[in-house]
Amino acid sequence: MINFYAPDFKLIIPELILVTISLGLLIAGAFREKDSSASFRIYGRIAILSLILALFILVFQGLSGAQWVTFQGQVIQDDAIYFAKILILAGSGAVLAISLPSMVNEHLDSFEYSPLILLATVGMMLMVEANDFMVLFVGMEMQGLCLYILAALNKTEEKSSEAALKYFILGALSTCLYLYGVSLIYGFSGSTNFEILESVVRMESAGGLSMGIFLGLTFIMAALSFKVSAVPFHMWTPDVYQGCPTPITAFIAATPKIAAMVIFLRIMIKPCMLLYGEWQLVIVFISFASMVLGAFAALRQTDIKRLLAYSAIGQMGYVLMGIAAGNDEGIQAVFVYLTLYLVMIIGIFGCLMCLRGKGQMGVQNIEDLSGISKLHPKIALSLAIFMFSLAGVPPLAGFFAKLYVLKAALSAGLFSLAIAGVLTSVVAAYYYLKIVKVMYFDNVPEFPGASYGQTVAISIEMKIVLNLCAIIIFLFFVFPNPVLEMAQRAAFIFLR
Amino acid sequence: MASIPLLTITIFLPLLGVLAIMGNRGNGGLAFASNARWVALWTSLVTLGLALTLWGNFNPETSDFQFQDKLQWMPVLNVSYHVGLDGISLPFVLLSALLIPICILASWTAIQTRVAEFMVTFLVLETLLIGLFSSLDFILFYLFFEGVLIPMFLIIGIWGGPNRIYAAFKFFLYTFLGSVFMLLAILYVYFEVGGSSIPLALTTFFDPQVQTWLWLAFFASFAVKIPMFPFHTWLPDAHVEAPTAGSVILAGILLKMGGYGLIRFSIPMFPEASAYFTPMIFMLSIIAIIYTSLVALVQVDMKKLIAYSSIAHMGFVTLGIFTIDAQGMQGAVTQMVSHGLISSALFLCVGVVYDRIHSRQISDYGGLVHRMPRYAVFFMLFILASLGLPGTSGFVGEFLVLIGTYQVSTWAAALATISMVFGAAYGLWLYRRVVFGIMVHPKLLSIPDLNWREKIVFTPLLAGILILGIYPMPLLNLMGASLSHIIDQYNIAMDPEAEGIIDKKKSLEIALYMPRFSSFGGPAHRGSPSVTYKNMLVDLAAPVPTRILEIRSVNE
Repeated sequence: MINFYAPDFKLIIPELILVTISLGLLIAGAFREKDSSASFRIYGRIAILSLILALFILVFQGLSGAQWVTFQGQVIQDDAIYFAKILILAGSGAVLAISLPSMVNEHLDSFEYSPLILLATVGMMLMVEANDFMVLFVGMEMQGLCLYILAALNKTEEKSSEAALKYFILGALSTCLYLYGVSLIYGFSGSTNFEILESVVRMESAGGLSMGIFLGLTFIMAALSFKVSAVPFHMWTPDVYQGCPTPITAFIAATPKIAAMVIFLRIMIKPCMLLYGEWQLVIVFISFASMVLGAFAALRQTDIKRLLAYSAIGQMGYVLMGIAAGNDEGIQAVFVYLTLYLVMIIGIFGCLMCLRGKGQMGVQNIEDLSGISKLHPKIALSLAIFMFSLAGVPPLAGFFAKLYVLKAALSAGLFSLAIAGVLTSVVAAYYYLKIVKVMYFDNVPEFPGASYGQTVAISIEMKIVLNLCAIIIFLFFVFPNPVLEMAQRAAFIFLR
Repeated sequence: MASIPLLTITIFLPLLGVLAIMGNRGNGGLAFASNARWVALWTSLVTLGLALTLWGNFNPETSDFQFQDKLQWMPVLNVSYHVGLDGISLPFVLLSALLIPICILASWTAIQTRVAEFMVTFLVLETLLIGLFSSLDFILFYLFFEGVLIPMFLIIGIWGGPNRIYAAFKFFLYTFLGSVFMLLAILYVYFEVGGSSIPLALTTFFDPQVQTWLWLAFFASFAVKIPMFPFHTWLPDAHVEAPTAGSVILAGILLKMGGYGLIRFSIPMFPEASAYFTPMIFMLSIIAIIYTSLVALVQVDMKKLIAYSSIAHMGFVTLGIFTIDAQGMQGAVTQMVSHGLISSALFLCVGVVYDRIHSRQISDYGGLVHRMPRYAVFFMLFILASLGLPGTSGFVGEFLVLIGTYQVSTWAAALATISMVFGAAYGLWLYRRVVFGIMVHPKLLSIPDLNWREKIVFTPLLAGILILGIYPMPLLNLMGASLSHIIDQYNIAMDPEAEGIIDKKKSLEIALYMPRFSSFGGPAHRGSPSVTYKNMLVDLAAPVPTRILEIRSVNE
């Protein structure tokens, strides 16, 4: 079943394609004398095409239940990782597609954008397929550094620089925590490899595990909580979401969360499953705290991106509920939730990027959406669908995501966590509904600004992605099985 | 009939109308709006026709679910699309199918903004409501149950009165809060049963200790929907701010979702807990009946008055349901159907004058009989039906409930009867202030009487109220078999002499018990037990002591 230790480049063709094309784009951009929005669009489209190509190759490769460990045990490929990589590739491609017009609109059309996104995508793919703490570190830093640069792309804007700096410093702090944790684990288990760690844990768990591994694991959990913006390591999220240009926020909000959450799940379930009793309480706590903070802190926000940041914290709390369950249902729940969350978040940011708020910037305040349903019924309808879905109202997709995590929590006997989950979902429903209210119940302000309710030049790929997102979320209940079955396979491979 | 999935067609037909309206993206002008109205009306009328066909083909002799359609939906979760009707759900399906075209007709001229969207929300609502009453799968049920919130939120929020936003949020969050507890309970039941099939869950035995919690969780949802006394505060706000058609749907059908849920789930699934909580229900119902009747007396807003009277009438429903007696429960269902007709008619009556004068204050009216004699007649009949005049459906429902209650608790019956006097008081007083007296307001002098459209709206409601009042047997027969099945099951569960049967049931359950929670590392449990007892037939014709309980286990 497991083909060990043979470097197998076939399995990383998608990553190789992306790296090659991103380097190509960088060189082309550097050698071009003048940067224009036309060339920016071309770079963007090439990047989208390369992501689609990588996705196709990945899908055609198909793994069908096998597990491959390759590159001297550094990299692992199985159904779960396959699923995560599909999400990452599709997510990055979709974000790139919806963000190009908005980047041009905000005069951020420098050529580095597309290659950086490609490199970050490769970093995330490396993260999820890592079978070794050091490979994970390389992947995490690769995507992290790209994201820091992207966050600082708007050099002239004060808030953007502030956000980038915060993101960088706190990200560096989380890296420190991570490395310290890894060094402890290395010191006490003798290896950074997941499989060796697993066997060490298995051998020693009978006679009491040494404190060092626990301590290292705790540091790693803290670092990963950082990446998924779970309480109490969430502080950077609202500021970064608010400060970054909307397209960058969309990217930060979408795929990096998926990658971090999947690897979080894998570290907890794969090498450390026998320590379930030890780490479960920690995850239960951060899940609970994230849900509560996400629900209550967002209530009074007026900035829509800040609101979405708190909403993301809350939503990650729900995903963590799946990890806390730690069983078959829990793993399925994590994958189902992440898939649907990705679609929703891309849809929401896509809708926001279609519209122009005050001046050239995208929509900033919730009030900027007042009465938008009369001016742009389609955008308003999609946004309303996403909001109801995030609130977890059936028959929209978000409900099934919540159903899965609640089911997982109940199956693991985490009744109080499940009750906290449903209660916070009611609180959170308030602010999701508030956005629907602003769009549908309020009127267009009497003296709107010149750009009020205008859209950016919506490109074809933007339209395709937005329609696709809205349809997936709206009609998920008709065809839920592909996602559910993939999640089932992923969970199966995890627990084997 | 078996070849045509008639029920499924009935459920999803309104969505075809939605597609037709959405597909017809005209220039948004008047023709477009009128087109949307006609499409919506015809769709809902055809749905009504289909619902009547269902009624015509329904066999009231059996308590089994009829017109069953079952499709694989989410095999991973062992959740299927499963619908079917029995004598309890069919009346509500008919009620929903009847009220939607009436709502559409009633909003023909009252709604002038976003007409197409309005019609779309009502057609979506119709699908959700019919689906809700006919679903035989918990996840499907919850989908419809909660899905209703979205169109209702939009109806109140977009087309509502001045304070609509507050009302819409209160309505949504209040009912959402109640429902999430039910979701947890449903998931627990799902693990206990090994699937989300409602017929399977109805024959599953739950540990009495767990029953209490599950009952409370379901109750949280249903009590908010009904609404029962301490959970009723959302209702007056929502009713007052909703447009007329929205109030009609709220009072006519949404409130019935709670009563239906109690009959369908709480009593058959949790008999011990139901018995345990019956005194509390009786107390809350009596408080609701008396307190809200008194509150209704002092209202100055017509819609608010009718809203409070709704709570009082629904108090009779909960009283009747928890008598767990043939007459009491029949009375409860009859009362729900009758209240669906009467309160809808009353809200429509308010809507008629609101469309003309744009005020809901009672003090803005008076002497309408001089200008609107036909309106006065309709209004009077509806008011009389609301206070339970013999010959109207209101009487049948309340009378049966009181008979049932009397056998269980004399005090409760006595208190409930006294409160009917209050009902007469607020109803007649409202009528006197609005219809009789001198026309003091100059605006009223030129008020036109009912037009043809409004008469068409009122006629079927009035006919229903009178037919049910004079000859209620069709309705009572319809639900007889299903209700007696529920009551028999309850009695078997509660009867100490039948204890052996329960023990047998229990031991069988233990024998067939499959690991419900998957353990780590072990083979993943897919939620579908390989062994399950599929049918538990209770021979209803036989007298109680000789009742045979057959339990068949079927290998799947």
